[in-house]
Amino acid sequence: MNDEPCANIILLSTSDNVVVACEQIIAGSLIEVKGVTITVQSDVEIGHKIARMDINLDDKIFKYGAPIGCATRTIAQGAHVHTHNIRSDYLQSYRGQRILSKEV
Amino acid sequence: MKGYLRQDGRKGIRNVVIVAYLIECARHVANEVVLEFREQDVHLIGFPGCFYNTYAFDMMSKLCTHPNVGAVLLVSLGCEGFNREGLAEAIAATGRPVETLVIQEQGGTAKTIEKGCRWVSQELAALSAQEPVEMAVNELVIGTICGGSDGTSGITANPTMGRAFDLLISDGAICIFEETGELIGCEHYMADRAATPELGAEIIRCIAKARNYYETMGYGSFSPGNADGGLSTIEEKSMGAYAKSGTTEIVGLIKPGDQPLTSGLYLLDVIPDGEVRHGFPNINDNAEIAELIACGAHLNLFSTGRGSVVGSAISPVIKVCGNPETYRRMADDMDVNAGRILKGDADLDEVGVEIRDLVLAISSGQKSKSEALGHQEFILTYKTFDPIGPACLPNVV
Repeated sequence: MNDEPCANIILLSTSDNVVVACEQIIAGSLIEVKGVTITVQSDVEIGHKIARMDINLDDKIFKYGAPIGCATRTIAQGAHVHTHNIRSDYLQSYRGQRILSKEV
Repeated sequence: MKGYLRQDGRKGIRNVVIVAYLIECARHVANEVVLEFREQDVHLIGFPGCFYNTYAFDMMSKLCTHPNVGAVLLVSLGCEGFNREGLAEAIAATGRPVETLVIQEQGGTAKTIEKGCRWVSQELAALSAQEPVEMAVNELVIGTICGGSDGTSGITANPTMGRAFDLLISDGAICIFEETGELIGCEHYMADRAATPELGAEIIRCIAKARNYYETMGYGSFSPGNADGGLSTIEEKSMGAYAKSGTTEIVGLIKPGDQPLTSGLYLLDVIPDGEVRHGFPNINDNAEIAELIACGAHLNLFSTGRGSVVGSAISPVIKVCGNPETYRRMADDMDVNAGRILKGDADLDEVGVEIRDLVLAISSGQKSKSEALGHQEFILTYKTFDPIGPACLPNVV
């Protein structure tokens, strides 16, 4: 049992391997997904995604129960899931300088 | 609900005078006329190109004869390729007052503005005498669009608008959703909801066309702001956008200017046909809003996460904000705060009912936020379309 409060997230479908932040979440915060407590690894803004489980290179990312792309590297449980570690299976996205500069 | 009855039997929820420029060179003159009548429902639309385009002509014809429009002033420079006589005839055939002013014939800028103002003034007086008649929900056409989307749009604003669509369709309204370039990845889900397998196949084909078009352009319909807001891929953005469509059967696939006649949910294909030409299909949200209006939309539901402020000429826009932080910053521009769902202060169904009720109030004359703030954005660009195939409207005999 962990007594610390959990941050507000939403799991859109039980088959998803990501959850969505319903508020800004600070690195180190705890979230609880279906009884599993996960430590969030970096600051995550509202509307952004967090890995619910470890994800392997090339694994499909599921949100809304639907595939939304695949992993371009391994993604650890609790990590921010975004353009730096997943890509589209359809079309590349135009990313301006201010997006690219955010990437590791 | 009250509406303005037109000769073709359709009813408008507004009684707008349109001032339309037929070439960029006539825009200033047309705009000066509009500025004389601020807050009096005189709206500016137009086409900037000098070279004839069938799509642009059809769009202008459908827009100038939209049920929300009561009278039309056309402003031409005089040497452009637009078929102004054909447009004036199409408007006159619907019983609407129409006047054409050709700047080169009128003697220039000042004389045209003066004559245009006199004509608009006289038509506004005539329109104000028109008595509205009873109008029912099953006479409404409602469109939906999303713009400035973020990671909240697809879990709050879009599904609440989808619920409003379900409610409006159950009362007999016609509802239209779109941006096939932003439904890439949802094609098989949509095909499963199509009224017939043949319509489903048409939907899959039209999304493949969108993907091919954007591939040629180099990238998809995805802005830096989408990524800042947490969206990572076009198919993720699409799944969120798709929630706008609600849960009812998809009864038809239409193209810009096609006007559905029977109740139900329609998908609007906004990607040009044929070889890729004329650049990006929709260069901003208002290009799509204009196409929804050309399909008959009396008003449009617009979801935003990042915070769009646009409205539209001709038909009001209702803003549904998905992000509670954006709402806090920009409440004056937002009609509905769907982001409160994330705080646990409301659920999707409650906000869906709120949106439906607001649709009815704004159809009855209440001004939406963007409308009251004077937003009347409009844009029309070059495109090419083939007519829809026979499988696209299975319920039409």
